[in-house]
Amino acid sequence: MDFIFYFGEVFTFTSMLLLIGGTIGGLIMGATPGLSPTMTVALLIPFTFNMTPVHGLILLGAAYTSTVAGGAVSAILLKIPGAPANIATTLDGNAMARKGEGAKALQLSFIASLIGGIFGVFLLIFLTPVLAKMANSFGYSHTFWLAIIGVTVIGSLEAGSVVKGLLSGCIGMWLATIGFDDIQGVKRFVFHPAIAGGVNIIPALIGLFAIPQVITMFAKGRFQNDVEQIQVKKHPIAKAFQEVFSRKRALIIGTSIGSLIGLIPGVGGQIAGLLAYDQAKKFSPEKKKFGTGHSEGVIAAESANNAMVGPSLVPLLTLSIPGSPTAAVLLGGLIIHGIFPGPTLFQQYPEVIWPFINSMLIGQILMCIFGIYIASLAARVAQVPQFIMAAIVLGLAAFGSFAVQQSMGDVYVMVVLGTMMYFLERFGFSAAPLVLGLILGPIAESNFVTGSLISTAQNGPFVYFFTGGLNILLVSIVMLSVGFSIWSEINTKRQS
Amino acid sequence: MNIFQHKLSSGFVAGLAFIVCYISFTRQPSDAYLFPRVISVFFLTLSLWTFFKALLGLSKAGNGLTLNMFRNMLPGMLISSIYLFFAAKFLGFYTATAIAFFLLLTAYDPESYSSVNSWVKRIIITACFIAIMYTLFAKILVVYTPRGMFI
Repeated sequence: MDFIFYFGEVFTFTSMLLLIGGTIGGLIMGATPGLSPTMTVALLIPFTFNMTPVHGLILLGAAYTSTVAGGAVSAILLKIPGAPANIATTLDGNAMARKGEGAKALQLSFIASLIGGIFGVFLLIFLTPVLAKMANSFGYSHTFWLAIIGVTVIGSLEAGSVVKGLLSGCIGMWLATIGFDDIQGVKRFVFHPAIAGGVNIIPALIGLFAIPQVITMFAKGRFQNDVEQIQVKKHPIAKAFQEVFSRKRALIIGTSIGSLIGLIPGVGGQIAGLLAYDQAKKFSPEKKKFGTGHSEGVIAAESANNAMVGPSLVPLLTLSIPGSPTAAVLLGGLIIHGIFPGPTLFQQYPEVIWPFINSMLIGQILMCIFGIYIASLAARVAQVPQFIMAAIVLGLAAFGSFAVQQSMGDVYVMVVLGTMMYFLERFGFSAAPLVLGLILGPIAESNFVTGSLISTAQNGPFVYFFTGGLNILLVSIVMLSVGFSIWSEINTKRQS
Repeated sequence: MNIFQHKLSSGFVAGLAFIVCYISFTRQPSDAYLFPRVISVFFLTLSLWTFFKALLGLSKAGNGLTLNMFRNMLPGMLISSIYLFFAAKFLGFYTATAIAFFLLLTAYDPESYSSVNSWVKRIIITACFIAIMYTLFAKILVVYTPRGMFI
């Protein structure tokens, strides 16, 4: 129950200001199609440089929480999901809005997000220290395999094909080896002075997530956004609370599926929302109403995608393995503030981590309150023409990348990686495993090299890395995740 | 068209993997390249697998690019490249950003070029954006951006 002692830090003037600003900004950015939670958090990182680690993390955490929920606004009012996590919300949310129940759908989505989100953060609070204690007994070989799991799981699930997903992970791991080698100080793969110090994570993250979006918007050319925004009529909030609690089945299904999915590295909010929607439909006596503007559809989808947020940080904070692409970007945010997640994180930095987690709890409440009241404004902002959005994102990406080390080299890295990623994404490669490879690469390398040195003095690398209960379990997870993804890919091809 | 694009993209990745593998196994000291060697073996194997699949026309993941998309993105990419690789350093970061921002709005705004209102709108949006960026980065975050001929 340590977290209770750190609430004071959240209720300071600066923390609350950042929490409120991050929440409102996140809701608006989340509602804007094309600005994903991952990209929003990546673009925000440079703004946290001058802040204390606690304040920086509070801002990033608030933005993460509210962008996921904010995506529901455009899903309901414009029929365009703000983020992939809100795809399932579009199915019933927009149908409700067309029936004149837009306000009710928004209220239901934010209340369900609040309940799911709070449950998820409580899971984070109670599971993280337990897992951290377990992780204390991990050796070099185990940490190496955990890093490999992080890349292979997300690589086999995220991309258009398993091989291309894993290949993206390999590219990320190779990019992580550029620059000076940690042990001998040898320069490796330095093809240009801009990368002499290695590929900096922040410009790389900004480039990989923001630039492909900018080019996608360019590729649409000169076109008029003809999106019809549905007008919202007033609806009493008390009735919305009653409705959510009367639909317990959908709420429980959404919250539990979202939490479980969040704990699995790499699966993400899109799958959480769609799976919860599907299961809520299966178990509902009113199956036929789904898709026609049924409140259970909105409740299940939104509680699931927000319940995923907290648990997706459990593997990140305890094992340094991000549970989602946005968590991977948050890892970048932690690293630039000198905080390296791992089993000892709660002993080393309790004054940073607990206020951050507590702020996510408060952030959920703020997200619900502001979400309900500024939804219409957010929907209006979401209609800003895409060409203006592209120019704004490009400018922010350039300034943000430069601000990291006040170096033009970082801007070049950002734009080259981002452009390369756009073209690779068009052919089935994916940014998420590449980012995980880039972030987990140094962890994998240092543990692999140290493990290899130890193993030469013992029974050799094979015994060190492939024997022992935990090593076998971790290697099996790697094999299973790749094997299962290949099997499901072959199955899908056969069916189609 | 699409099959050719798959060949091109997977060929590029396979070429990159070959270079990484070659450097990893030929450069010294070998201890410094231990991890890159392990990675590059997987990198090369997977990229060759993808390349041969593309050569046989079996690669189908992704939507590829159409000529229309390419034509649409070209002005934006040209403006962005000149802005980031040349203009930002020589004209100054803020001046270059203002010019690039205005050019991007002009290139992609669907409104007619003969409408005076749309030109005024573009100038106002550019001025607002630069004012916000200047306040945020120069005044609040105190970031010293390159100053070329201007700021």
